[in-house]
Amino acid sequence: MDFNDTAEEAKFRAEARAFLAANCAPKGSDKERLSRRLSTDEYVKAAKAYQKKKAEAGFAGITWAKEQGGRGLPPIYAVIFNQEEAKFDAPSQPFAIGLGMCVPTVIAFSDDATKDRYVAKALRGEEIWCQLFSEPGAGSDVAASKTKAVRDGDDWVINGQKVWTTGAHFCDFGIVLVRTNPDVEKHKGLTMFIVDMKAPGVEVRPIHQASGGREFNEVYFTDVRVPDKNRLGEPGMGWNVALVTLMNERLAVGGSTGPDYAEIFELARNMPGPTGQGTLAQDEAFRQKLADWIVKAEGYKLSKFRTMTALSRGQTPGPESSIGKVINANHLMDICNTAIESMDHYGIINDGELAPMEAAFHQGYMWAPGLRIAGGTDEILKNIIAERVLGLPQDVRVDKGVAFKDLPSGR
Amino acid sequence: MNFDFSDDQKSLKDEARKFLTDKAGAKVTRTVLNDAAISYDKALWKSVAEMGWLGAAIPEEHGGLGLGRLELCVLAEELGRAVAPIPFSSTVYFFAEALMLAGSDAQKAAHLPKVASGETIGCFALSEGPGAPTAASIQAKFDGSTLNGVKIPVTDGDVAGWAVVVAKEGSGVSLVLVDLNQAGVTRETLKTLDPTRGHAKLEFKNAKAERLGAAGQGWELSEAVLDRAAVLLAFEQVGGSQACLEMATDYAKNRYAFSRQIGSFQAIKHKLADMYVAIEVARSNAYYGAWALSTEAAELPFAAAAARAAGSDAYYLCAKENIQTHGGMGFTWEVDCHLFYRRAKLLALQAGGPAAWKEKLVKRLEQRNAA
Repeated sequence: MDFNDTAEEAKFRAEARAFLAANCAPKGSDKERLSRRLSTDEYVKAAKAYQKKKAEAGFAGITWAKEQGGRGLPPIYAVIFNQEEAKFDAPSQPFAIGLGMCVPTVIAFSDDATKDRYVAKALRGEEIWCQLFSEPGAGSDVAASKTKAVRDGDDWVINGQKVWTTGAHFCDFGIVLVRTNPDVEKHKGLTMFIVDMKAPGVEVRPIHQASGGREFNEVYFTDVRVPDKNRLGEPGMGWNVALVTLMNERLAVGGSTGPDYAEIFELARNMPGPTGQGTLAQDEAFRQKLADWIVKAEGYKLSKFRTMTALSRGQTPGPESSIGKVINANHLMDICNTAIESMDHYGIINDGELAPMEAAFHQGYMWAPGLRIAGGTDEILKNIIAERVLGLPQDVRVDKGVAFKDLPSGR
Repeated sequence: MNFDFSDDQKSLKDEARKFLTDKAGAKVTRTVLNDAAISYDKALWKSVAEMGWLGAAIPEEHGGLGLGRLELCVLAEELGRAVAPIPFSSTVYFFAEALMLAGSDAQKAAHLPKVASGETIGCFALSEGPGAPTAASIQAKFDGSTLNGVKIPVTDGDVAGWAVVVAKEGSGVSLVLVDLNQAGVTRETLKTLDPTRGHAKLEFKNAKAERLGAAGQGWELSEAVLDRAAVLLAFEQVGGSQACLEMATDYAKNRYAFSRQIGSFQAIKHKLADMYVAIEVARSNAYYGAWALSTEAAELPFAAAAARAAGSDAYYLCAKENIQTHGGMGFTWEVDCHLFYRRAKLLALQAGGPAAWKEKLVKRLEQRNAA
């Protein structure tokens, strides 16, 4: 057991830090606050430029095989880079889904020609990817997807609607899960394709979220033609392909976003306590809660280290990584809720100029409900832990042995 | 970075589990629970000594195996899992650690070999009444050669031969080493929440005692002993929590209600998933503590407090939800759930309660931030 970097790890960390210092602003600087006000176009442009530099410096696809343009390093090096990158205001968000989930799926399920066409461009930031799984009637139950594809010569023709597609409004390509056979059980009639987001018949409509942001979209497909060579995996095997994507998703989405215990502690030092005596940081009840958050945040961080250690020994990450999501969304919500409440009346104000520190907690408070749902709800992830880690029986399934077209569906 | 135990440490763990499954476990714990005249299992204590576990972390020159704290962590997890009814933690995590931390060469040479062989049972006497003890609250008095005062409760104080006692000396606090089998010491066995471990009230009247470590350094030393014990107890807590989860999972797979395995109901699944998440959080914090303990890292006080808080909370959750999953059966004397529910609370209090450790954790965060 050793928490210190090895000599090679320390060298890599120093290289990463030098690269980041030269190419990004440190977190919390004025530049960061300004970057939040960039338009989507400006932000995507900045992200593409940053991704290009990352690729040139060898910090893109750190764990990917060399033949895919990666660096072929063990996962611990990606952890080190992410740790260092988290200290900076790096515009890496637009690439998280594509490089974290979509392109690894493309690599796993396509031929060399397809990989040659897409992988390098994605890695260099020239093309951005999105993932099109959820539908209005297929959220937690992703395999209930109704969007269909019908074979027509060398093409497939897609019709239907996807929803909650992150970044679809600026993406170039997507991986889409569609129904190609409604006459078999629902998990058996799905197929996955690469789709050109600029193809005729693809319409992207941004969703205005409860948090005020517009990161997600509805995507409508009307007679969209996709060549058969863009198929990932065999027809009808789309669910197996999707599972690979989802496993990567849970690793990627598990990460914490928003204020953590360090930020609320900082706030508490300058905030009056609930009795009016002393600061909030001196209040016993607050300190007990703070201790719980420290334990959770450290526990989650250290659990990831355990996963990485297993990965570096050649073991596959199991469904254990589902714990991250279960911990983090509620953790963020609790911290933000407490921070806002601690300000008493003043907690109502959501104005970065009047209360810059407070605005971050409002943002977290409004964002956390989405985080509890994105990438699998708390309930679904607990089912995954119960069934795949603890080996408990599956829920009673009314859809077993029934053709998809005969399944009951409500709203 | 490598955040896991080595293959050797893992095989030690496997061996320990095999041995304890065979020689310990609920059956042995119950013999102690059901017999008010005994507070630990002598046969198990003897076997554990013979295998060298008592001296696992004691240097070879003092009769130990000279392994490390990581090996001790591995054993602690398995002992916790087996709810072992032996005075292992008092003797090894507190008494021996205090000696190794603060003892003179002569004190180490006199006591550590006897600890390693199982001849000496040791204990650590800190508490004197309700609430978390502080340097200012200590009433027991040491005058340089004799000790006066009362300590209550002292875990394994009913069977220990020697104690490390936290006492006032002048205006400061010192640690003192006391032979409990002398005229100046009276013991009264206490009834407790967990009768599978003995507890006593110890009263010292001009008892002969010698200082352990420097005069006036007793509070700092006591905190350091507690930090070490906290990490090891956290492993016992993780082991106990894991045993609860496995019991509950097994029951949920085999018990039917409404013609279904109860484990197919989401209310039960989500309960067990919550237990799993709590254990993973506790385990990861315990691993961090193990690393800090074994390398004597500056992070130890922070890591120990985090491990202790996480371990105490996880074991409480797992022990109570194990009973709940078992339904009415879980509330019977015959089913083992209550052994864990009792032990969960004992372990949460034996080195000081969760609220005090959470306060320490925040204080240590403040110190770390200030540094």
